[in-house]
Amino acid sequence: MAAVSFRDVRKSYTPELQVIHGVSMDIKDGEFIVILGPSGCGKSTLLRMVAGLETITSGEIAIGDRVVNNLEPKDRDIAMVFQNYALYPHMTVYDNMAYGLRIRGLSKDDISVRVKKAADILELDKYLERRPRELSGGQRQRVAMGRAIVREPQVFLFDEPLSNLDAKLRVQMRAELQALHRRLGTTSLFVTHDQVEAMTLAQRMIVINAGRAEQIGAPLEIYANPATVFVASFIGSPPMNLVPRDGRLLGIRPEHLEPCAASDAMLTIDVDLIEPLGADILVYGHVGDRDSARVAARLPADALAQAGKLALRYDPANVHWFDPKSGLRST
Amino acid sequence: MVENRPWLTFFSHTVLILGVIAVAFPLYVTFVASTLTLEQIMQVPMRLLPGDQLIENYSQVLTGGSTKGSKAAVSHMLVNSLVMALVIPLGKMSISVISAFAFVYFRFRLRMFFFWMIFITLMLPVEVRIIPTFKVIADLGMLNTYAGLTVPLIASATATFLFRQFFMSIPDELAEAARVDGASPMRFFWDVVLPLSKTIMAALFVIQFIYGWNQYLWPLLVTTDESMYTTVIGIKRMMVGSDSANEWNLIMATAILAMLPPALVVMFMQKWFVKGLVETEK
Ligand SMILES: Nc1ncnc2c1ncn2[C@@H]1O[C@H](COP(=O)(O)OP(=O)(O)O)[C@@H](O)[C@H]1O
Ligand SMILES: [Mg+2]
Repeated sequence: MAAVSFRDVRKSYTPELQVIHGVSMDIKDGEFIVILGPSGCGKSTLLRMVAGLETITSGEIAIGDRVVNNLEPKDRDIAMVFQNYALYPHMTVYDNMAYGLRIRGLSKDDISVRVKKAADILELDKYLERRPRELSGGQRQRVAMGRAIVREPQVFLFDEPLSNLDAKLRVQMRAELQALHRRLGTTSLFVTHDQVEAMTLAQRMIVINAGRAEQIGAPLEIYANPATVFVASFIGSPPMNLVPRDGRLLGIRPEHLEPCAASDAMLTIDVDLIEPLGADILVYGHVGDRDSARVAARLPADALAQAGKLALRYDPANVHWFDPKSGLRST
Repeated sequence: MVENRPWLTFFSHTVLILGVIAVAFPLYVTFVASTLTLEQIMQVPMRLLPGDQLIENYSQVLTGGSTKGSKAAVSHMLVNSLVMALVIPLGKMSISVISAFAFVYFRFRLRMFFFWMIFITLMLPVEVRIIPTFKVIADLGMLNTYAGLTVPLIASATATFLFRQFFMSIPDELAEAARVDGASPMRFFWDVVLPLSKTIMAALFVIQFIYGWNQYLWPLLVTTDESMYTTVIGIKRMMVGSDSANEWNLIMATAILAMLPPALVVMFMQKWFVKGLVETEK
């Protein structure tokens, strides 16, 4: 296991096309870090630079106390799980897991012990002789993880490994990933565009927008104190409401709004859509004319929600202010 | 067919049966002729039941060729044909699989230039470049040699192009996974790319085996020595002139012998062949 650090890491594919604009971060030994951002923001690029599959244009990446910029992937002591699993189609599950170990010259017995152990953890014992195409999506996913585990690397790299699974399996694999991390304690970098995945898995996360790190921190801390308008509107479902007020942006989470008498209203919306979810009700509407700020409110299940005007109030302690020009928090 | 329409069934069967007759009848006649004496063949109409000369005719051609035309033993020609039909596909595949690997997985200078050079040769089959090729082979003293028979036919882009297309369809992530696993490029080639190409190689082998076996024009030019004749050329050399002068029974026996090996290869490789054409294991 090892710490990982980024020092002003940049990446350009062509001189004009810069996709990572200086990311700096220190990841502690054994930490589970999620790299979160919308599609195309450069998450995979960042992860692939750690893996050694992309060159680093400038800056430094260190694993442990070694700067790895010029090391081949195999010398970095990392293991990677790909989005499409990238299992070798003609090899059995056993061979898929054993392949990297064989190349490293481990003895047959060592390999067998390690593969059996990984298969045990991942409940793959029964499938060792099968080929990838004879497995379900979830099982393939596990084999891909097994291939990473047997290597006993310093760092695990995951590139959206759950995005090809159906919703139920994704939740289950999420739990298994957490259990696995508790058990092995290996430093992990996990890329996803799904904020729920990020919130549930991350010890700390790094939110990326267009190649820039917008905020780094623990999930709840980021949820409670988004540093920028982007983070505020990317995290949370529905995300934070942003309403222009006195030349600034007022941010308030949907669950911090409550219905009130018209005379107490701090925010009045025209209701567009009501979604009763059982546990609570989501009300969507807009302030002022139709194409101005949209607002969502999460109301208790017994709240009386109906079309028309809805008066809402909030505790000023829950309000966030942002500068609309820079997009930064302005306390 | 899902619907049950008797006249349609009848019609389709008629067409199929006619098709089978059109293909199979000449083969049958060839076989029958190879079991008759020359006199029996010359009778009009020729009888359509096998005669009793099977052993005589076949042992005659296998050991001594025809009596009037070429006297080269067909058994030796079969060996020559076999050499040609094996060296061409194996040579072709080993060169093209490795060059296709280079084109797909390495970035080197003038890569596209070389690719297009190879690609352009696709448009130049042997027949088109036959005069200069003959000149080169003759000047190199390769007439009447196995090398002269095979090398010019090995050089072609078809297989390179096919393998390139196939490799490009292998997901990049597989190469990356192998890289993370610590496999060198050549190790990746041996352990992943080659096994994945097995079926396409089998299909190519069958096609190229038949291509090599059936070569006519090129062996006709470069072999003048009886000991280098291929079977197909042997048939040609047995014909000495006018219809009646030819020993049709022996020629037909040789024709049957010439047809057998490709048929056997197709039969035994059929499973692989079809797999290679329809399914890729990725
Ligand atoms: N090999 C490449 N060449 C040029 N541009 C690339 C390459 N790979 C990715 N990009 C570009 O870099 C940006 C970030 O890509 P990526 O890291 O894959 O995004 P993400 O994983 O966050 O969806 C995208 O705009 C993409 O088009
Ligand atoms: Mg990606």
